[in-house]
Amino acid sequence: MIEALQYQFFQNALIVAIFASLAAGIIGTYIVVKRMSLISGSIAHAAFGGLGISYFLNANPLIGGVVFSLVSAMTIAIFKKKAGNRLDTLLSFLWATGMAIGLVFIFLTPGYATDLFTYLFGNILLVSKMDIIMIGVLDIVILAIVFLMYNSFLSVLFDEEHSETRNIPITIVNVILFGLIALTIVATIRVVGVVLMIAILTIPAATAQLFHKTVKKIMITASMITLFAAITGLCISYYLNFATGPIIVLIISSIYVVSIFLSKLSVPHFNWAFWKS
Amino acid sequence: MKRKEIIKLEDVSFSYTNEEFLKNINLSIYEDDFLGIIGPNGGGKTTLLKLILGLLNPKKGKISVFGDTPRVGREPIGYLSQFKDIDFDFPITALEIVMLSRVGKKLFKRYSKQDRQAAEKALKSLGIWNLRDKKLNELSGGEKQRVFVARALANDPKILLLDEPMLNLDIHIQEEFYEILKKLNKKIAIVIVDHNLEMLSKYAKEIVCVNKCDTHTIRYHDVGKIKMKEISHD
Repeated sequence: MIEALQYQFFQNALIVAIFASLAAGIIGTYIVVKRMSLISGSIAHAAFGGLGISYFLNANPLIGGVVFSLVSAMTIAIFKKKAGNRLDTLLSFLWATGMAIGLVFIFLTPGYATDLFTYLFGNILLVSKMDIIMIGVLDIVILAIVFLMYNSFLSVLFDEEHSETRNIPITIVNVILFGLIALTIVATIRVVGVVLMIAILTIPAATAQLFHKTVKKIMITASMITLFAAITGLCISYYLNFATGPIIVLIISSIYVVSIFLSKLSVPHFNWAFWKS
Repeated sequence: MKRKEIIKLEDVSFSYTNEEFLKNINLSIYEDDFLGIIGPNGGGKTTLLKLILGLLNPKKGKISVFGDTPRVGREPIGYLSQFKDIDFDFPITALEIVMLSRVGKKLFKRYSKQDRQAAEKALKSLGIWNLRDKKLNELSGGEKQRVFVARALANDPKILLLDEPMLNLDIHIQEEFYEILKKLNKKIAIVIVDHNLEMLSKYAKEIVCVNKCDTHTIRYHDVGKIKMKEISHD
């Protein structure tokens, strides 16, 4: 571990792990309490289209990722109400079309598509200086907006209709929230990739929700779980020479399973007699 | 002394599709009203409240709320929507819910001391200050209902619009709740949608029926002091 810390690439990976964990834990909490995991899955896969185009143009892939995820997030935010029951059709469309665009451009790019795998499944050990700066900026934007708009977000997420009667600008709040989801997805693509994204955005928050009453506390615990999983996964990946994404997701999933068991145990009226009989 | 009119609907019609759903509604609500709204299921009671709140726009006619359009004038309205629209598993405490009615227009809202005091007052007036740190799904049905009424009260409203707040509550809790409303009615107007005509005829000063009311039912429950009128005709 100490020896690994001497390497620049390992330091970079560690910094990105911290940034991504904070964003994923906080925005993931909103995704879980409002049951928006399919929406985030759709945005993540749509972002892959942008990654492919950037890759083809030899630009930083995260730039294309930001554009595609923001556009798809805004499309969902705007048409969510109109689509009603048909929302899943829109989500499937963005999900598959984004993937298809990304794949086409990656196959069009000359040479062997080594990076394909890392964007699909994540490899935090391969981040560049530029990635760190971009992810750092995204993180600051996400944290600042959530801090400032915490009460507006809570009101709109909990009860949109009541918020409207209290004159909260719900459309603006929703658009900003979806923008944050999009940015968070881009900030975490390096860590777990688009396919495993849903795990890092939802499972830590779902775990934290077992133990806490408020959104604020769930955010803190979810970020801690993600951070722990990211750093542990990073070390395991380094020594086993294995992609980080799947390892991190497996750690997160294990914590969830153990937590469900623990939360059942701590129920005060747990019926021990049932087990004895 | 002349009663002040706070909400007025003139010839209001509304439709979700091509077929008119509410037709030529005329209704005045006064500052000291205790108004019960009855009518068949799916008959437009909720729609009527949503029109007053500016959540829906009328197809025809004029709605005036505190002398303005609903969207501009709705600030002094406390609203309790139907419970079926609420996610009870949402991680939020009773106090947090009540505070939400103090958020308002500002995107970067920080709660002031005044906001906290208003929430405390609202929770205390319903006798549930001790439940403030309970999570929503830890509360009983009656407690949940009081929390949502406290939210509606935390903004010092001049009128409460309550949409079937009594659904699935046992009869003692309903009676307790109507007593609370009676007290509140000394200062503010109450408009309540409820199916329990027995309760309404005991507490409401006036009852209106929205759309296709069964006249037989009305006559049966018509108590001397209650003025009953139908506000929508086919």
